[in-house]
Amino acid sequence: MCLGVPGKLVELYKSGDLLMGKVDFGGISREACLEYIPEAKLGDYVVVHVGFAISLLSEEEAAATLAVLREVSDIEAELDVRPGELQT
Amino acid sequence: MKYVAEFRDAELVKRSAELIRAEVSRPWTLMEICGGQTHAILRYGIDELLPEEIELVHGPGCPVCVTPLEQIDKALALAALPNVIFTSYGDMLRVPGSGRDLFSVRAAGGDVRVVYSPLDAVRIASENPDKEVVFFAIGFETTAPANAMSVYQAARLGLKNFSVLVSHVRVPPAMHAILGGEHNRVQGFLAAGHVCAVMGYWEYPSIAERYHTPMAVTGFEPLDLLRGVLDVVKLLEAGEVGVVNSYARAVTFEGNRPAQDLINKVFQVCDRKWRGIGNIPMSGWELRPEYAAFDAERRFDVSAIQSEESPVCIAGKILQGQLKPPQCPAFGTLCTPQHPLGATMVSSEGACAAYYHYNKADLLSEVKHG
Repeated sequence: MCLGVPGKLVELYKSGDLLMGKVDFGGISREACLEYIPEAKLGDYVVVHVGFAISLLSEEEAAATLAVLREVSDIEAELDVRPGELQT
Repeated sequence: MKYVAEFRDAELVKRSAELIRAEVSRPWTLMEICGGQTHAILRYGIDELLPEEIELVHGPGCPVCVTPLEQIDKALALAALPNVIFTSYGDMLRVPGSGRDLFSVRAAGGDVRVVYSPLDAVRIASENPDKEVVFFAIGFETTAPANAMSVYQAARLGLKNFSVLVSHVRVPPAMHAILGGEHNRVQGFLAAGHVCAVMGYWEYPSIAERYHTPMAVTGFEPLDLLRGVLDVVKLLEAGEVGVVNSYARAVTFEGNRPAQDLINKVFQVCDRKWRGIGNIPMSGWELRPEYAAFDAERRFDVSAIQSEESPVCIAGKILQGQLKPPQCPAFGTLCTPQHPLGATMVSSEGACAAYYHYNKADLLSEVKHG
């Protein structure tokens, strides 16, 4: 229930007075209510819980998280040290 | 899939585990509060990748596990009423009440329907004006925005045949209860990422300070979990207390303000009993008086129900991180996902179900090849 899956917003529409959208989860598409992420645009990635988008994913933050780990990885390869030998 | 595959990268997973190993100088006990994370940890064998100094204990963040038995029994009584369509998240159907579950009520002729979104329950109510539609509004802060919206929408649509059986719980009071408990072993927390996506983590620094327990807001993929552990371990090793956001792509300090606003419009804080744990002050949400017309407990008389818990089940100790599932004499024998004695064996977030499903698998292979 709390897992929440990230998906790509592929369609935006109104249902009654509610802002809704279609979200693609790697080929499976589900409807999601977008009332809590009214700023979401087509192509954005959102975390959906029980039919509601609750978070707009930040591409920059995702890249930053991965970059820190990749950087450590690359430096170790460059210096030919054992994994984990470098302190961050 | 974007935001998923790259956070399961086998090389970076191994590297993260090595970074943690390089930081650790002595034993630390961390708790992941969220049952979804417990499942991810066992599924990907994260516990086996970590240095042996790090012990992960599993927290109470499994909504179906902590929904009090009395509320389950009320749900069973409501679902059996002749003019009621009882709607629920699918996870709740196998949760044992006093002697039976929602599946058995359905088998006996009750109209019990699984909904994906609470808005589906609202739609069912508008399509069936001659029936009473009850939605089982359970969960933590992650389902609260959706559950609140169902009530808000039903009010706006003027629906007279929609009501909710509310059993909402909140994470921060549970953290207080765990850290302040006399048997507490937790030295650091992995805070539940999606709870924080909704609520932010502005409530957490004061808890971390009060109990001298560092925390990391943590996501659900293998790299997220390892990053959360790494950030908490760094704080512990440095003797520092603080709250780090290790899941910044989905979580901000403030959280989702529109969601918080609607939660506060529809719900108010109340004391709540947690199954297996007992009453935790201010740990729940109930409907505000303005929305009392949508309260299923007021609409139907379900107050005189006797509830009785299995005497064998140790779910309460598991939910508080005091024991682990294999320490239960009934685990895997008397109690299985097909015939659960306690709710922790049922759900996709229950710790006992996680041990049952993943313990026999080759835990590391999925990370290596995934």
